[in-house]
Amino acid sequence: MKRPAGYGADPTIRWTEWLPWIAAVAVFFLLPEYLLFGARILTYILFALSLDLILGYAGIVTLGHSAFFGLGAYTAGILAARVGLHDPLVLLAAAAVAAALLGVATGAVILRTRGLTQLMLTLAIAAVCLEIANKATPITGGADGLSGVTIAPILGLFRFDLFGKTAYLYCLLMLFAFWWVVRRLVYSPFGAALTGIRENTPRMHAIGAPVYRRLLIAYTLAATIAGVAGALLTQTNQFVGLNVLGFEPSGELVVMLVLGGVGRVYGAFVGPLVYLIAQDVLAKQFPQYWYLGIGLILVLVVLFARGGLLGIADALAARRRRRGMA
Amino acid sequence: MTLALETRALCKSFGALTVADRVDLRLEAGVRHALIGPNGAGKTTLVNMITGRLAPSAGQIFLAGEDVTRLSQAARVRRGLGRTFQINALFRDMSVLDNVALGIAERDGVGGRLWRPASAHVRVCAEALELLAMFGLTDDADRRVLDLPYGKQRLVEIAIALGLRPTVLLLDEPAAGVPSLESHRILESLERLPASIAILIIEHDMDLVFRFAQRITVLVQGEVLCEGAPAEIADDPRVRRVYLGERRG
Repeated sequence: MKRPAGYGADPTIRWTEWLPWIAAVAVFFLLPEYLLFGARILTYILFALSLDLILGYAGIVTLGHSAFFGLGAYTAGILAARVGLHDPLVLLAAAAVAAALLGVATGAVILRTRGLTQLMLTLAIAAVCLEIANKATPITGGADGLSGVTIAPILGLFRFDLFGKTAYLYCLLMLFAFWWVVRRLVYSPFGAALTGIRENTPRMHAIGAPVYRRLLIAYTLAATIAGVAGALLTQTNQFVGLNVLGFEPSGELVVMLVLGGVGRVYGAFVGPLVYLIAQDVLAKQFPQYWYLGIGLILVLVVLFARGGLLGIADALAARRRRRGMA
Repeated sequence: MTLALETRALCKSFGALTVADRVDLRLEAGVRHALIGPNGAGKTTLVNMITGRLAPSAGQIFLAGEDVTRLSQAARVRRGLGRTFQINALFRDMSVLDNVALGIAERDGVGGRLWRPASAHVRVCAEALELLAMFGLTDDADRRVLDLPYGKQRLVEIAIALGLRPTVLLLDEPAAGVPSLESHRILESLERLPASIAILIIEHDMDLVFRFAQRITVLVQGEVLCEGAPAEIADDPRVRRVYLGERRG
């Protein structure tokens, strides 16, 4: 599905859009030994979905999106390990609020800038967050990470188990809920306006659109979703490490999204899935050189599939349609 | 009588370079007014100042009698100021329908709605289709703007601006880059624009200017050289000397 925003777009959910969900449910029954890994993939899909909203639709290039993911992860972790709040849904809500506040505060500054300045500011915000987490050892655990995170059963009924069954279904439900929200946003006039801003900001000003306000809303929403994704990671791992913050996870996320296809909603599904599976397989085969394999995949995508893996699928479908018409 | 648009002693300097020097411009409601001048005369700079894209160094801008000099672009648009761009400024990867609908939605205050699908805003879509029909673009509604011939893209430019229901419309070289065979379509479309809109057109095509405009202002090196009816301008020896050449008149 390529860039669905617009007044002429049909918002009805197509049958192909159900495929990821059918596949995800099938994995639960068919691959029970991979459910913890599956929960991690689902978390990163949610994280990538939040990035797609601002990078793919609004055209905000960021290398600091992990600030929100990390803040969400640490908020959930600190509240559970240090404050004694263990309810997973309360922790998710707290992480969402914290990330939203950081989103609106940092967005208010960085969205007044463009291009390289904006990119550097996003990077700086992520770096500052990483350093705070690193130095505030009594609260965050510093370089050793935050352990002792215990999570209560969901709704008092569903306990997080060792095999990741609850975690997988919990992440899947959360992803489904936020996918539905993001999809609504993308198809709404707001989504069309974001696409307009990405396509031609001066023209959006010339038609009287409050560009800055729209970007700030989108940025805050994306930060909120990233915060929720971070909290999900904490809840499923019951641990938070510094690797959720800084340039590396931000850059990795951009790579995942580019791999899947930017500005397509489902690129955020395909990218993390392929990236994390490739990482898992390559790291087992070539523990020291697995980044080389990821790099090669990315180079091939950038050279031959500018629209990401979904772009290839689009091109093949278009070719098939043309053949059918001929 | 309240003027639709007025500039008073509008100035713009970039360092030592003055590109607009005490420009006074007065547009009555419904007038067709052309702004002509050689390249570098400051015409587009003037339009950019009127729309709020550039802040003037001095002077004032009034829309329907209200001083809008310090207002944002968006606020001026809400007060009835529309514009087109000299070089197409379209949403290239979006459909023709979306290009026009985006402006209508902003005008109606629904452009920021977060929940209901855009296509469910039936009035916006219907009005966009009406505008496309007016410009002969109905069959192109679902095409990407990028895939349209340049002449049609110029028409989309005008349709977007018209969708804002402006009381003052600034057309920055609407026929620029359009093959002469297609420029008559632009002129026909301009002639069909609602009579209530005051139009300021910047154009180098003198045939188009003299057919379309009721008043003409000549701008040279950032200053108003003269202003008058087309016949007066054509007969003005200063204009002939600096701009039109001696052939005309």
